[in-house]
Amino acid sequence: MSILDPTNLNAYLFVSTVLFALGSYAIVSRRNAVSVLMGIELVLNSANVNFVAFSRFTATDLRGQLFAIFVIILAAAEAAVALAIILAIYHNFNTIDVNEIDSLRD
Amino acid sequence: MLQALLVILLLPLAAFVILTAVGRRLPRQGDVVAVGANLAAFAVAALVFVQVIFGIHDPGFHRTWQMDYLRLGSFHLEMGIWLDNLTACMLVVVTLVSSMVNLFSVGYMAGDPRYSRYFAHLSLFTFSMLGLVLAHNLIGLYVFWELVGLTSYLLIGFWFEKHSASNAAKKAFLTTRIGDVGMFIGILIVAWKIGDFTYEGVFAGIARGDLAGSLLTLAGVGLFLGAVGKSAQVPLHVWLPDAMEGPTPVSALIHAATMVAAGVYLVGRLYPVFNLEAFWIIALVGSITAFLAATIAITATDIKKVLAYSTISQLGYMIAGLGAGAFTAGLFHLWTHAYFKALLFLGAGSVIHAVHTQEMFDMGGLRRKMPITFATMLVATLAISGVPGLSGFFSKDAILAGTLAFGMAYGGVRYLPFVLLLVAAGITAFYMFRLFFVTFTGQPRDHHKFDHAHESPRVMTIPLIVLAVMSVVSVGIPFVTDHWFAEVVKAPVLGAHAEAGHSPAAEASPAAEPSAAAEHSPAAGHGAFAVTHEHEHAAHLPALAGSILMSGLGILMAYLTYGRGVVSAAAWSRYLRPLYLLLKNKYFFDEVYQVLVVRTVLLLAGLARLFDIYVVDAMVNGAGKLSARLAWFVGGVDLFGVDGLVNGLAQTVIGFGRAARKVQTGRLQNYVYGFMGILLLIVFVKMFR
Repeated sequence: MSILDPTNLNAYLFVSTVLFALGSYAIVSRRNAVSVLMGIELVLNSANVNFVAFSRFTATDLRGQLFAIFVIILAAAEAAVALAIILAIYHNFNTIDVNEIDSLRD
Repeated sequence: MLQALLVILLLPLAAFVILTAVGRRLPRQGDVVAVGANLAAFAVAALVFVQVIFGIHDPGFHRTWQMDYLRLGSFHLEMGIWLDNLTACMLVVVTLVSSMVNLFSVGYMAGDPRYSRYFAHLSLFTFSMLGLVLAHNLIGLYVFWELVGLTSYLLIGFWFEKHSASNAAKKAFLTTRIGDVGMFIGILIVAWKIGDFTYEGVFAGIARGDLAGSLLTLAGVGLFLGAVGKSAQVPLHVWLPDAMEGPTPVSALIHAATMVAAGVYLVGRLYPVFNLEAFWIIALVGSITAFLAATIAITATDIKKVLAYSTISQLGYMIAGLGAGAFTAGLFHLWTHAYFKALLFLGAGSVIHAVHTQEMFDMGGLRRKMPITFATMLVATLAISGVPGLSGFFSKDAILAGTLAFGMAYGGVRYLPFVLLLVAAGITAFYMFRLFFVTFTGQPRDHHKFDHAHESPRVMTIPLIVLAVMSVVSVGIPFVTDHWFAEVVKAPVLGAHAEAGHSPAAEASPAAEPSAAAEHSPAAGHGAFAVTHEHEHAAHLPALAGSILMSGLGILMAYLTYGRGVVSAAAWSRYLRPLYLLLKNKYFFDEVYQVLVVRTVLLLAGLARLFDIYVVDAMVNGAGKLSARLAWFVGGVDLFGVDGLVNGLAQTVIGFGRAARKVQTGRLQNYVYGFMGILLLIVFVKMFR
């Protein structure tokens, strides 16, 4: 039984784990704020995959899938707000490098 | 009647309040208010006087009104008003002289920078003096007594820029204070033994014998000491001549007619408090004062100083009269003296106003320049010299008769008051006419001053004329109705304490029935005195003859010396050089006091100062040093103990804060590392538990 067997839950969890790892890496390593935002999207989507997969293989109803839809909607709203914030940061600091934006430091 | 008395009392007070508050902003600086208030008070006082003296006409008349002033447990103090014949007379004296002096001051003080304040002080004085004569108890009397002392101080030192004036004010205040201490002791003895302050209560207590013997003598002498200070009797007379530094109208009102007579009033008012021992002291002090002051007046060259010593001398007459049992005569002299002495002072003020000097020997010949002042001064001089027909004659003669009767009754050394007063009567006539001749007759000695001299304005001459009229008619119509005063002002019944047995003279007295004596004798009330009607009758003619003879002699000598220049005063002063120097230096009273009192006080003060420096200061400084040491130690504990604890805590917190601050880098990704690490930690903990 391969780890990539599509009839098995583990395959989906594997994909989700990879997505989460990539997203996390993007968040901690990228210096561009937009790239950090994209990493966050990846983490959200890894969670979505988990929701849908668990819903398909273990649950009797569609509550997990509904949650995935909520998360997508939330992610859209979050992306809009986050981009607006990034834009405002750019106006203020003339950069979107997250290492440069440290005015909250003491 | 009460309302009328309150109006009399409060009008001058109202004037004082108005003048003090807004005096400078009123038209004419408010002198109209003061003059008006005083004249109105006089008008009401005159009505009361007429009603009491001529309407009621009862020697025993008196009324009181009182209200509670203070209640402290069982002790309660009333304030009230006492009205009798003597009070009614005093009201007229005070308000009339005060009105005249206020009027005169309008001219005399014109242009003074503190014009308004002057009238305010005068009104305050009038109020205080009225309060003094109206008080119905010893405390009220004492309060107003001190108030007149205060206003006297303020007015003597009215021109306080002059060093001599402010010094004179201090001297007057301190000297009279010595007497007031004695008076206070007297009041305390009365309070201790009788426990009542009202005159009626005190007199009743003495009649019961609550206060008797040597303690009564002490109380009497104490109270009399107050009179000695206020009425400038020897040995506390030294302040009055210096008080002439004040404006002349003030001298007329306060230091001649009214305030200095308060001592005489006090002795008269508290007559039953004194026993025979005290009376003898009073008679002696009064007669010695009358004689000494009269002799000093001979050599004085300052016109006001002559009048000042004359005032002291005349006050001595009154005191001696009272002390010798001639109650009516003493107070009658107070009544007549007030008018002619106020007139003399105002006349002197008028002269000073014209020639701008007080030195008599810079004047001369002013009769032609100042006819009204001349004429009125002549009346006053005749009156004080005791020329028959004028008021001074009647009262002075009565005093001489009273003291002679006193001498006859007791004999021996008790003739001394009469002898001294008789001699003083001659001297009085001499120095008064000396003043008169030197000032008004002869040739002007200083032509510059003479040329500038002029009669005073009408506002100043009218008071002179009024007082000149009073100098004659204050006795009534001479030789016809001159007994009105003696008919209503009679000595209170004495003798209750004399019968207690400490006075052999009283037991020998045939007049031991006080009530009978009070009813039948014109001089009245000699219950305590061994003076009988026979004595009085026997004394009458010799005293009269002696009085006229002595005043005639005095006037004649003054005329020969200063009027005619037949006798040379300069030559006589050379012949009698030691005597002259003694008089010129006023018996060296001031010098003796300088040595005995001032030096002693300064020496004591020096000793006190040394004690202060080496004992008190040393103690204080030692205590200070000890506290400093203690404080230094406590400071160390505070610095290293308490502060160390507080600061250490703060340092710890700061250290933690400094460490924690490092965590907040401001870099987002550091935080992400942080919470990922914590997440992993939680996962591991969950896994391996």
